[in-house]
Amino acid sequence: MIMKIPLSYNWRNLLARRLTTGLTVTGISLVVFVFAAVLMLAQGIEDTLVATGSEDNVILIREGSQSELMSSLTREQIDLVSTFPELARDNDNQPLLTADVVTMINLHKKQSGDMGNIAVRGISPGAFDLRPQVRLESGRWFKPGQLEVVIGNKIAEQFENTAVGDQIEIGSKKWEVVGILEAGKTGFASEIWGDADLVLSEFNRQNVFSSATFRLSDPAEFEIIKTKLETERRLQELDVKREQTYYKEQSQFMATFISALGLVITVIFSFGAMIGAMITMYAAVANRTVEIGTLRALGFRRRSILTAFLIESLVLSLIGAGIGLGLASFLQMVSFSTTNFGSFSELAFGFSLNPVIVLSTVVFSLVMGIFGGFLPAVRAARMDIVNSLRAGG
Amino acid sequence: MSALVQVNNISKVYYRGSIEIPVLQNLSLEVPEGEFLALMGPSGSGKTTLLNLISGIDRPTSGSLVIAGTDIAKLSESQLAKWRSQNIGFIFQFYNLIPVLTAYENVELPLELTNLTKKEKKQRVEAMLNIVGLGDRMDHYPKQLSGGQQQRVAIARAVVTDPTLIIGDEPTGDLDRKSAEEILVLMDRLNKEFKKTIVMVTHDPHAAERAQTVLHLEKGELISGGK
Repeated sequence: MIMKIPLSYNWRNLLARRLTTGLTVTGISLVVFVFAAVLMLAQGIEDTLVATGSEDNVILIREGSQSELMSSLTREQIDLVSTFPELARDNDNQPLLTADVVTMINLHKKQSGDMGNIAVRGISPGAFDLRPQVRLESGRWFKPGQLEVVIGNKIAEQFENTAVGDQIEIGSKKWEVVGILEAGKTGFASEIWGDADLVLSEFNRQNVFSSATFRLSDPAEFEIIKTKLETERRLQELDVKREQTYYKEQSQFMATFISALGLVITVIFSFGAMIGAMITMYAAVANRTVEIGTLRALGFRRRSILTAFLIESLVLSLIGAGIGLGLASFLQMVSFSTTNFGSFSELAFGFSLNPVIVLSTVVFSLVMGIFGGFLPAVRAARMDIVNSLRAGG
Repeated sequence: MSALVQVNNISKVYYRGSIEIPVLQNLSLEVPEGEFLALMGPSGSGKTTLLNLISGIDRPTSGSLVIAGTDIAKLSESQLAKWRSQNIGFIFQFYNLIPVLTAYENVELPLELTNLTKKEKKQRVEAMLNIVGLGDRMDHYPKQLSGGQQQRVAIARAVVTDPTLIIGDEPTGDLDRKSAEEILVLMDRLNKEFKKTIVMVTHDPHAAERAQTVLHLEKGELISGGK
């Protein structure tokens, strides 16, 4: 067995050097905090966008479009889609389908005065049944045919002139804000909703919508309807995706960008923390030269010494991981918004912590501990017994 | 008595850069089982080097070292570590206790290398600490003990595995006369009552008087023997 030296030996040695242990743990926990925060941010974006889509819903956009903003579908194509028997239907036997038009307007942020791109979604009446996560928080819903909008609560929190009763400019006209919608942690909370026909007319889109979303009567029939739609000559230039898949793809670019940038910064920081751990462990080895010689003389093998010092370094990194993760978990209470590169519109999101992030962070911290502790541990294990014992005399 | 330790024609040379420093030259020696041997000599005479070789923490440049039937010069690094854990008990001049472990834990430490159960370890450790008169100091850390008490813990640690040979490197060198006397009495008891073979290096003639045999080294060679 490699582990022969009691763990109490490691633990008490760390406690005996409270100051250096504390400083090293602080360094590691700060890096762990940044690492976890980056992952939580990327996850927050993904969670928000994935929650926006429903697994039962199917979205159609033009082939090659990165988002609804770049997509176009004609009313004729949408009418054709609505005839397929796989679509779920309401009590009046109407298909559960919304033809949406998505465009962009600029609003000023309350705090900084900076401009932000806000997505305006013109919806059909079926949108409410398809998106039950969207609820009215205050005011009322807009009336079809009226220049009225309801505003996502995440937008209302941060942008000017977005309270009920205010007027905002969409296209060339003033639209009245008649309600605030609440959509949990979904992207809809960062949108403005109005009547699709009026939005089409305002932007001269002449019956060209951005997307069509419908519910499947049986979610398992996705592949069937996908094949049918893709083989229909008049619909061949459309992409057919589950709504959740579409929104997940929307999050990928930004989540990947944040992860990559953040991880590069974290890796640079981690070198500092590893050097800190290394200095601490080298000092521990130097201070305990006689102890090491004694342990070796008593019969403990080199690998036991190596393991003992590595364990100390790993304990330091585990404590750092615990503190860093503990601090990072408070970030879940923070939410902010920025432009989503996928849709070029403002998206409000928070930090999201999940077991995968916890595990990744602990592993990252342990890797720092191993790299920081390995060379000092090797030095300890390679010490000559006679010279080590002589260091005390 | 049969020879427990057979040192056959060993030499030890250290190197400082390209300079050769011979410490022991063709030295031969036998230590019978149950012997209490003191090695004396001036600084640099090679007595500590000889002790290090016999205890298996250093290797000879040439010659053989047969202890309890094993030529330890031929053992690999890990075989030697295992051999030390089973055959050698160390008593150091500065006690070399682990400061973060209690007296009990320090004595228990060599037993971590054995297959004894926790209960057996407990029985042994308590018995040893009682023998050295520290049964009431088991939970004390080394810094809470006097020098003499620390050395008694070190003796308990040295004998807890019931080793073949006890090695003492100036065991009274850091103690006042009274404490030194207590340690010598204890070592005498280990030798006579518990039949332990002891090889001890000392500068102190008073300590050497306790030994059955005293050997003098000078410039790496034995110059006299007997008592």
